[in-house]
Amino acid sequence: MSEILQPQSPGIPLPVPTIYSQPYWDGCQIGELRFQRCQDCGAITMDPAPACSACFSENLEWEVSTGLGEVYSWTTVWRPQTPAFTVPYVAVIVTLDEGFWLLANIINCPVDAVHVGMRVKTTFVELSEEITLPYFEPAE
Amino acid sequence: MAKHPFHDVAIVGIANSEQARVLEGHDSTTITFQAVHRVLADTGLTPWDIDGVAAGPFSGPLTYYMRNGPAWRNHMAPSIPIILDAASAIATGQCHTVLVAHGSAGIYTERASTAPWTRPANEFVVAYGMFTAAEFALIAQRHMHMHGTTPEQLATVAATIRNNGHAHPDAVYHGRGPFTPDDILASRMVSDPFHLLDCAMTSEGACALILTTRERAQDLPNKPVYILGGACDSFGPSYQHPPAWDLAGPSGRNNGYTGRWAAQKSFAMGELGPTDVDVCEFYDPFSFEIIRQFEAYGFCEEGEGGDFIMDGRIGPGGQFPVTTDGGTMSFSHGGAAVQQLQRVIRGVEQLRGTCVSSQVPDAQVAMCSNGGAGALFTDVMLLGTQTP
Repeated sequence: MSEILQPQSPGIPLPVPTIYSQPYWDGCQIGELRFQRCQDCGAITMDPAPACSACFSENLEWEVSTGLGEVYSWTTVWRPQTPAFTVPYVAVIVTLDEGFWLLANIINCPVDAVHVGMRVKTTFVELSEEITLPYFEPAE
Repeated sequence: MAKHPFHDVAIVGIANSEQARVLEGHDSTTITFQAVHRVLADTGLTPWDIDGVAAGPFSGPLTYYMRNGPAWRNHMAPSIPIILDAASAIATGQCHTVLVAHGSAGIYTERASTAPWTRPANEFVVAYGMFTAAEFALIAQRHMHMHGTTPEQLATVAATIRNNGHAHPDAVYHGRGPFTPDDILASRMVSDPFHLLDCAMTSEGACALILTTRERAQDLPNKPVYILGGACDSFGPSYQHPPAWDLAGPSGRNNGYTGRWAAQKSFAMGELGPTDVDVCEFYDPFSFEIIRQFEAYGFCEEGEGGDFIMDGRIGPGGQFPVTTDGGTMSFSHGGAAVQQLQRVIRGVEQLRGTCVSSQVPDAQVAMCSNGGAGALFTDVMLLGTQTP
């Protein structure tokens, strides 16, 4: 029986939102994974940005993702970035069903079960008053 | 008339300072100054022969303390792009002789954490425990998924480069080997698929180069090494966004093959192709990066890099010897920039024919690189003993 991956505990370094990413982090606090869509060309921009990554328009609006997607790539980390992190943890790039990538950790999953193509969904973990982090977990 | 402005520029001086895991009694400034003294000795030039300085944060102090102003300068941490800037400044007549230098000591002291330059804070990666090994692992895992590249192939790269360092008397890990691929696979896992010995190490040190005009180079003691070509591919900031193999814009040119377009431009400038390269001084932050570069630069087809590097092809006496001083895995890895310059220094050393270990016989063309797909950039330079 392999170890079940857990979220990190408070004390890890946390994101510092910017003026244009704040709505993304606000969404996480109420359980929404938000992304930006260009009102001129329709393309999705992620990570949050001040301009569309397809046509460079500034005419972006926020939408809410289904949070469903599949693992694009992964790595199990056994040497922590700093002692604040508990190992092992698994970093994944997930392709959301809407078509954008998000980098996060996967939890509630055996450490040796993560693979490319694995179906996952977002889950949220509060780490401070200001920051709730999106993680992924197995979708089934 | 040269066929490309870079061909009017030669590298006439190279030097490494002492390199060690920890350099007692040094800080970044003093070890950089040691490298500068050594490179001046290598060329026979004085500080007042230098009219350009590209040494990152040391550019100002060097110009001030050498009293060689007024001088051209570049304050960016120097690696291949800055060497090319220096060459451009010389080729366009802004200056005639540029000192390029960088060094690092006393920066990495908190050893329970990964080195500070491997984990820049950014809001979309910081909370997920990312650092360079994990960033590059996400690239390698994608390639392994697409093409079946194996841990044994990665380990073959690491063993080859570490054995070059084992043989080099000035390498930080001189005498630590020899290594077999099984030794690499037996080392502890850091970030799957990278074992400890698939990864760059960390150390301290400095290095320096001097570039000047082709004309001035003829009067200096060393065999001139010419810049045949050079270019840079970037897909964005390092370590801030998901390092996706398929990251691309409308051009379809993807981050997984970053360096391909820089290599194509460099080969065109030098009127060369991959089979003309005698020695591959490729940047080696992680073992997989060597496999990726052979594919990116057109030495082999996409997906075939894992097979390409087997059977001694990249080792001593092979068709394409790589990273012959031991690179960041074994020679030295001083931080953000110094070890990137050291790829070019080793390329020059190979073409001068003065390597004390792993000299490639009669090497005429060297390909040097910096960066990697996990960092969203790759820079390329081609060096030669003659220009087209």
